Amino acid sequence: MTKSITVNGARREIAADGDTPLLWVLRDELRLTGSKFGCGMGLCGTCTIYLDGAPTRSCITSLADAAGKEITTIEGLKGKTADAVRQAWRELDVVQCGYCQSGQIMAATALLESKPEPTDADIDSAMEGNVCRCATYHRIRAGIHRAAEILGG
Amino acid sequence: MRSDRYALPTEPADATTRRTFLKIAGSGLVLALAPLPLPSGADAAAASGRGFAPNPFLIIAPDDTVTVVVKHLDKGQGSATGLATLVAEELDARWEQVLTEFAPADATRYNNLLWGPMQGTGGSTAIANSFLQYRKAGATARAMLVAAAAKAWGVPAAEITVQQGRLAHVSGKSATLGEMASAAAEQSVPAEPALKQSKDFVHIGKRFQRVDSVAKTEGRPIFTLDVQQEGMVVAVVQRPPRFGGRVARVDAAAAKAIKGVVDVLTIPEGVAVLATSTWPALKARDALRIEWDESAAERRGTPELMTELSALLDRPGTVARKDGDAGKALAGAAKVIKADFEFPYLAHAPMEPLDVVIRFDGAKATLWLGSQIQTMDQAVAAAILGLRPEEVEVNTLWAGGSFGRRATFGSPFVAEAAHIARAYAKPVPIKVMWTREDDIRGGYYRPAYRHRIEVGLDGSGKIVAWRNRIAGQSIMTGTPMAPQMVKDGVDTTSVEGASTLPYAIPNLEVELATQTTGVPILWWRSVGSSHTAHATEHMLDIIARETGQDPVALRLSLLAKHPRHRRVLERAAQMAGWAEPSPDGIARGVAVHESFNSFVAQVAEVRLDGKGGFKVERVVCAVDCGIAVNPDNIAAQMEGGIGYGLGHALRDAITLKDGVVEQSNFHDYEPMRISDMPTIEVHIIASTEPPTGVGEPGVPPIAPAVANALLAATGVRTLALPFTRQRYAKG
Repeated sequence: MTKSITVNGARREIAADGDTPLLWVLRDELRLTGSKFGCGMGLCGTCTIYLDGAPTRSCITSLADAAGKEITTIEGLKGKTADAVRQAWRELDVVQCGYCQSGQIMAATALLESKPEPTDADIDSAMEGNVCRCATYHRIRAGIHRAAEILGG
Repeated sequence: MRSDRYALPTEPADATTRRTFLKIAGSGLVLALAPLPLPSGADAAAASGRGFAPNPFLIIAPDDTVTVVVKHLDKGQGSATGLATLVAEELDARWEQVLTEFAPADATRYNNLLWGPMQGTGGSTAIANSFLQYRKAGATARAMLVAAAAKAWGVPAAEITVQQGRLAHVSGKSATLGEMASAAAEQSVPAEPALKQSKDFVHIGKRFQRVDSVAKTEGRPIFTLDVQQEGMVVAVVQRPPRFGGRVARVDAAAAKAIKGVVDVLTIPEGVAVLATSTWPALKARDALRIEWDESAAERRGTPELMTELSALLDRPGTVARKDGDAGKALAGAAKVIKADFEFPYLAHAPMEPLDVVIRFDGAKATLWLGSQIQTMDQAVAAAILGLRPEEVEVNTLWAGGSFGRRATFGSPFVAEAAHIARAYAKPVPIKVMWTREDDIRGGYYRPAYRHRIEVGLDGSGKIVAWRNRIAGQSIMTGTPMAPQMVKDGVDTTSVEGASTLPYAIPNLEVELATQTTGVPILWWRSVGSSHTAHATEHMLDIIARETGQDPVALRLSLLAKHPRHRRVLERAAQMAGWAEPSPDGIARGVAVHESFNSFVAQVAEVRLDGKGGFKVERVVCAVDCGIAVNPDNIAAQMEGGIGYGLGHALRDAITLKDGVVEQSNFHDYEPMRISDMPTIEVHIIASTEPPTGVGEPGVPPIAPAVANALLAATGVRTLALPFTRQRYAKG
């Protein structure tokens, strides 16, 4: 009945139904609340985690589908690129309410991992699925360029 | 809702109304003269041994941290950073030693000085009402620290300096704030500590990192939905499909059979499912079979409601403003230009849907939530649970946006949680969460409105008459604020921005017709200005186009008595290069509007694709909000306000069919996305006036600025929002 997942490097046994969205496993069972609930339909990106390294909407990913896979959440997001993104976000005070920002940072870090010098069009394309109701988009775009600069320098 | 149930805070007979006060405050008079309630003597925090707390607004601990107690909700607009800035300024603290925490509910200590007596956040008042109060709090602590150091070192207080969190004397003696804290607590509290002159500011007007920037990039701040406690259950509520519906019968057998479900309760708002975690609660809610009593429900749809509004525009309304005789002047005008405008219901859709955690043990209750009006949430929960307000502890948490949604008279979402707690009757925390569908379909919308504007021109094209009829639901009628906000049948919030039109027009009349429906409505970021700015500012460009005038020049010619409007307008025009032709394929539009005593002008640059579509590529924005406490945050609020206003104007509407809301989630109530976002440049006008609002005033000008650009490029008038109601091609 239990399913085994690896979260931020640690193996966890989860006693929940296989249809439970990974988001609720992370939040309710493992108390990793940095990944947020925004829509439950994969439309807003605030629940973004990495599943085997790929940005994934945890609200529409079932526990059964995540079993045996490596999961990274904002709490476990580390490394040079993530550090640069966080530094840029702080320098520019990107956040407002901050509720979507875990997802934004997960998506931005993944973008920079695959494209170290993204254009505005690359940014729009990669970040299109991450909604910010405070509309911090202007600074998200600037933050990604700044992070690229930090990584390049 | 059901106001008889609640013991809401009562207004004193002589309460200064919010609006009047704001108006005077904008002129710079009252903020300088009003008595500042600053209870003296040690606060409860000091009694609890946390440190030196000469007033309820800060605690200086022996470890040299300065904790600023934030009386306002921070829903992203930056109030925690702002209030911390005010204390740090007068205390001369180091920014790095300043922490913040949210205040407990207390209308005496944490009153909103522009509304009171009530602790609450809204109307873009957080900085405006706290500006002197929090500075004075910091100055009081500073004076007592200096007095303590003078005594300890045997030197005159006047010879002691405080810089960057360090007290020092020319003799070489020095101490940190934390080191001097316990001695400072022994000093007498000065009645009127001296405040700095603006030329001496080291924090105000400068850029410091937001207090929440680091935590929010690590997923660490606790929002209500993140509260996890031992024994906690999660509740979701099935609410009626039509507003005003009630539960008739429930078959909960299938729901209760789902593993993890602990109870199913019928409450006044609907049927609550309680489970040990979120997913079983959501699944079980889907398994409920409910028969609704819809005998009192609103069954009309948007077509019927909008037709009713049209009919209201065809007869005179209640007069909200009357200069001269607009009717006579229109009859005698050489030309009359008429336009009817239509605005839809809008949902706030904050990123974090509504949520409350409540624990009730029969004798007392505790709430955890992003509380926007703490003392009302407290009073509402207390009345339902049979408690006194002080028996309900309110823990304010960070909120994932609000845009007005978390501030509702009668606190219905808190009432719902209290009904669940009362019915469940177990001393465990209950987390009530709303899904996005609950949020979009949950009512409390920006009301739908119609405007009719008729403008009379004389033979030379000069505006001689302006009549603006407005029809829509009243936000304030039936609320505790009605005595102040609804005068002679006119809800100020229905007409603000239109009734306060700044342009010099000799015959000007604004009328209001109020509609009554069963659809719950609410203020929405920028309230009345969310529709009046579009109708009035787009109308002005329609006139400019009809009379062959430049939109900026026309406005300036009508604003001789409004220097602050003029200044932002001229500045935005200059930033946009208004005097130069716009680049190929780009159309420009301008709008200027005052709201919450702040003045904002925007120029939008729009690229048309030739097929009826367009993209807003750049917006320049000039804002005059008095003294700029946190300039970078003001810029952020302008950027966010532009994005919020533009996002809804582009394509959002809440519509009803036979009383049922047709939208449900972000696929059909489409949020602004990064690809929609223009680049934005913000200029803040230097000012010595008291600070005014920034959370809302960025919103109103953007829709008309974009509409005016599209008008210039295509001749198409944007008479109905959202923009998708029009096709923008040269006709």
